[in-house]
Order: sequence, then C-alpha cells, then structure tokens
Amino acid sequence: MSDVTTGSAAVELRNVTKRFDEVVAVDAIDLTIADGEFFALLGPSGCGKTTTLRMIAGLEFPTEGSLKIFGDEVGTLPPNKRPVNTVFQNYALFPHMNVLDNVAFGLKMQGVDKHEARSRAQESIGLVQLGGMEKRRPSQLSGGQQQRVALARALVNEPKVLLLDEPLGALDLKLRQEMQSELKSLQQELGVSFVFVTHDQEEALTMSDRIAVMDKGELLQVGSPEQIYEHPANRFVADFIGQTNLLEGTVADHETVVLSNGTRIAAHSDLAAGSAVALSLRPERASLHSRGQDVTDGANVDGVVARVTYLGNALVYIVNLDWMEIEVRDENNPGADRFHEGDEVSVLWSTESVSVVTN
Amino acid sequence: MTTLDHVVGEVATPEFEHANEQLKRRRGFLMALPAYAYLVVFFALPLVFVVIYSFATRNRFGGTDLAGWNLDSYQRLFTDDLVGTILARSLWLALLTTVICLVIAYPFAYYMSTRPESVRNLMLVFVMIPFWTNFLVRNYAWRVILGTDGPLSQTTEFLGLGPQKYLFTSTAIVLGMVYGFLPFMVLPLYAAIERIDHGLLEAARDLYGTGVQSFRHVLLPLSMPGVIAGSILVFVPSLGAYVTPEILGGAKTKLLGSHIVTQFLEARNWPFGAALSFVLMAVMLATTIIYFRKGGRTL
Repeated sequence: MSDVTTGSAAVELRNVTKRFDEVVAVDAIDLTIADGEFFALLGPSGCGKTTTLRMIAGLEFPTEGSLKIFGDEVGTLPPNKRPVNTVFQNYALFPHMNVLDNVAFGLKMQGVDKHEARSRAQESIGLVQLGGMEKRRPSQLSGGQQQRVALARALVNEPKVLLLDEPLGALDLKLRQEMQSELKSLQQELGVSFVFVTHDQEEALTMSDRIAVMDKGELLQVGSPEQIYEHPANRFVADFIGQTNLLEGTVADHETVVLSNGTRIAAHSDLAAGSAVALSLRPERASLHSRGQDVTDGANVDGVVARVTYLGNALVYIVNLDWMEIEVRDENNPGADRFHEGDEVSVLWSTESVSVVTN
Repeated sequence: MTTLDHVVGEVATPEFEHANEQLKRRRGFLMALPAYAYLVVFFALPLVFVVIYSFATRNRFGGTDLAGWNLDSYQRLFTDDLVGTILARSLWLALLTTVICLVIAYPFAYYMSTRPESVRNLMLVFVMIPFWTNFLVRNYAWRVILGTDGPLSQTTEFLGLGPQKYLFTSTAIVLGMVYGFLPFMVLPLYAAIERIDHGLLEAARDLYGTGVQSFRHVLLPLSMPGVIAGSILVFVPSLGAYVTPEILGGAKTKLLGSHIVTQFLEARNWPFGAALSFVLMAVMLATTIIYFRKGGRTL
C-alpha cells in the first residue's frame, strides 16, 4: 500500500475515534493525506466518511486520537482556526447575500481590507466561470452555479486543504461529469490537497489519486484507484468498487482455491489452507466459450446462459452455474461470438484476473 | 358557467384565463367572508364610532354632543402636559419591555431550535402554560411576589440589603409586562430560527467567523422576520397595557391605557378618551409600518 512520509502530510489521523453517545461513527482510523493529493473518502451512507471529513474541518471533535494538519495538532480547534475550507453537500450558501458577498465572506471575517477582499472574490468568481453573476442571490442560480459559488467561496481563502462533502451529489449526470473533470484540473492547477467525500465509486475512481474505502466506521483499504480495483483488500471492497462476481471457496494451498462445488481453481493467495475466501471475478475479465473448446491458460467453469442484456457497447450474460449465477460482460465487437439463452457455455478467465478476498 | 361555453375546446385564450382568474378570486372571497363580516361589524364599525366621538364635544353633564364637530380634543393632546408625560412614560416602558423580552427570548428560542423535536414540543408547551391561567389572576400573583412581605423583599432583607419596595413602581410594571408578553416574543423567534439551515452557521464558522461573527452576519439577519414580528407583538400590547400597570403600578406610574379608561369612566370626557385612543392606534400603526419597511418582506 502506498503511504506517504510524515513530512509532506497535509492531514494526519492517528487512531481517531468518534462516538456519538454509544454509537461509534469512526472507529480508530489511521490515515495520512499527502500535500497536493486528490483524495477520496468512499463508502456507503453511514460508513463514517462524512464524520471523518467534519473532524478535519473542525465541525466535529474526535472522541479519541490525534488529528494533525501540516504537523499541527488541531484536535479540538474550532473550524475558524483551521487552514481548511469546506464545500458543503447542500452548498450552504448564505441566502441573504449576493454571490460576491458570499464569496468575500471568509476574507471579511479574517479582516482583509475591503477593496482587496472584493478584488480577490471577483478573481475567484472568475476562476469558477461565474463572471457577471456577482449581484445575483443564490436563489437565482441553478444547482450547478450554486455549486461553483460554494467552490469559489472556499477557494478564495486559499486553504491548505479543501474539503468537499459529496459536492456533486445534487447535480444531474451530464453536469456531474463536467464538474468532475473541472474539479480535477482545478486541483492540479492549484496544487492543494482536495479531500473528497463520495458514495459514488465511479466518481472516486475517475477523480482521485488515492481512495480510502470505509464501511461501518472502519477504514478498509487505502490505495490508488488501480490498486483498489485490481487488488481489493476484502470482500466488501471488491463488491463495492465496480461490479464483481464472488465465488465462495476455501484455500487449499498458496496457488489453489477449492470452490464450494468442489472445483479446484488456480488462484494466488498468502492465506493459510482452510481459510474461507471468495474469488472476485470482474464481469469484463471473464469470457464465454462454447463448451468443449480447448482451455489454454487459466480456469473455467461450465454453465448455461440464463439471460442476455444488450447494452449497445457491450453484452451482459448471466450464466447459471447450478450453485450460483455469474455475470460476464463482452465488448460488442462485430465478429465476436454471440450467445443466446439456453446455450451451454464455459466461463473462462486467466489466473491473474481473479483476486482472493476474505470476508 | 355559460360564459365559459364558447371557449371550451380552444387553447387557453386570454379571455379564458381571465374567467379562470375571476373564478379563483371569487372562491377565495367566499372563504374569507365570515372573517370579513366579523371584522367589519365588531372591529371596523366601533373604530368609526371612536373616530366620530373624538371630534365631538363633552357637554356640562358628562354626556357627548355629536353636533358641532371640532378639533378641541386633539388640541388638548398637545397642550395637556399630563398627556405628554404619560405618553413618554408609556413609550419608554413599552420599549424597555420589548428589549428585555428580546434579550431573554432570543437565546432561549435558539436553544430550543437546537433540541430534538420531542424536546422542542415539550418546551413549546412550557412556554404556553401561563396562558392556561387567567391573566388577571397571574398579575395578582405578581403582587404577592413583589409585595413588602413577598419572597423577593424577604430575600433582599435576608441578604442584608433591607426591605425593598417593588410594588407600585415602574420596575414592577416592566417585570409584569415582560412576564406577560414573553411568549409572544419566544414563539415568532423560534419559528424564524427553526427555519434556518444549521449548516449555514457551520459554513460561517468554516469561513473563519467567530461565534459572535456568525451570529451577527448570518443568524441575526436571517432571523430578522422573527425579531420584527416578536417586537411588534410585545411592543403594541405593552404600549396600550391596562391590566398590569393598573395592578402592579401606582398612581405615580400611570400609563396610557389607564389614562384612557379614566377619561371614559371618571372624567366622563368621551371625546378626549376617543382622541387619545385614536392617537395611540395611529402610533402603533406607524411603528408597525416602519418596522415592516425596515425588515423588508416579513411574516
């Protein structure tokens, strides 16, 4: 797992726990976010990702543990004393102020000279391409425009770390994709760390340098999108990131897993023999062949095509293996073999395509 | 119905929209008719009588001559020193009551809005409990509290400050009025503050605002409708208060309400009493309008 040295750490959490009454929202997590990194906190709702972000912002204080921003312990420092700013989920724009006053708010609070605050706010509004909208009220803006105002309002303060709480959640698909690439290039341009909370795994994969996957208050895996997709640390991560088939089995030795129906499959793991595991097989890593064809490399299981879904750019086959169903995704290339409901097939994959995951 | 016949089947023409609009307006009017009727008969008409009487003349026997309208009663408002003193005192005490209510109610309303919903409702009930007892009775209870042998005086005596005189002073009146009108400040403030997204205060703190700055620049301006509504609801009845000043105040602390009653019942000068009432109403209306104008769109 890639970790960063403490010297360049923008945010460092050590053994941080947050309890609300008796409910543990965040459970003893260790996390280091590097300076200049686009970092995603990813997980289903209630996994503790937002609480983690709010602790970095100072909107919640950790119950236990140490939280440092650029080496300074900030555990119980109020939000106004931290060099970070937040883009809130519902934007939290001040409804009684126009765009310019919203954006200049942080500078005003810091006592920046009025004219300087104005010109810097204007500059920031230009940065998010809202020039000419300065006098509008938030209620007169579209969702996407409000989102940009929230971004400008945070960035104008030149935070050392920008925190974003599901900032794209309320936007429609097309706008969201646009903002994704815009945020990414903005982050590269500014060179500050963005810490980004999302429940959308695709969004996290698209934008982030590194992703932390959380569930039930625990940190399950931290790594690059590729590491997390290719080598999920456990069953939850494999299932949550992208689509996958989980084939139950037990470890026979370091190179073999016995599936629950008795099939021996070549798969590498460092686990002790007898460990209960699952093989994670991505739908696009498997292919279908007519039964009886030579198997050159890898592994295969036999089944019957139960359903075919036509997606335009791909075909999705659901293959019934008797003891479970497997999803296989094929590119829709001309000349490729097409299978139909009821066809007897072999599902084929290469050994390095599967990963062995524990529960 | 027949007027609509000729447009059936056509795309909404201006004419059709007009008819529709009219129908809507008429339906609304019918709904409001009982309230209108009540207000006209029992509020607007008596008001007209008050205005008419204020231009009449008191005759030698304490009756009122409606013939020969004049402005004598209004003139007296400016020449009678007692009226000036009483008006100034009433305005001052009403203002004081409003400000004290605001200072007490605001933090409470904010606190209330941050509680879980079940607790909030319980607190709302507590705020309204005093209404379950007669206002007059509650004022007499204050008389016991503030009296020379009352618990307040006994406490000061115990502390070595000697017996203090509270009853029949302006302090007693303000204490009583703050007590009586506090719920009228709490409720609109709570309604206004409860509507404000708590995330806005977090955003203000995140943007380097201190607690005080967040209050001044975000919470206070956004809760202004509640501040204005509550202030009007306390200031207006305080200015015309009769029961509390009568029971807790003394002869030296007479307020407008009592003075008007005196004109009708003791001095038997109905025209002057009517003129006083009318001016009081005008002052209330003026303050209300000014307040609303300042607050922009409210309520």
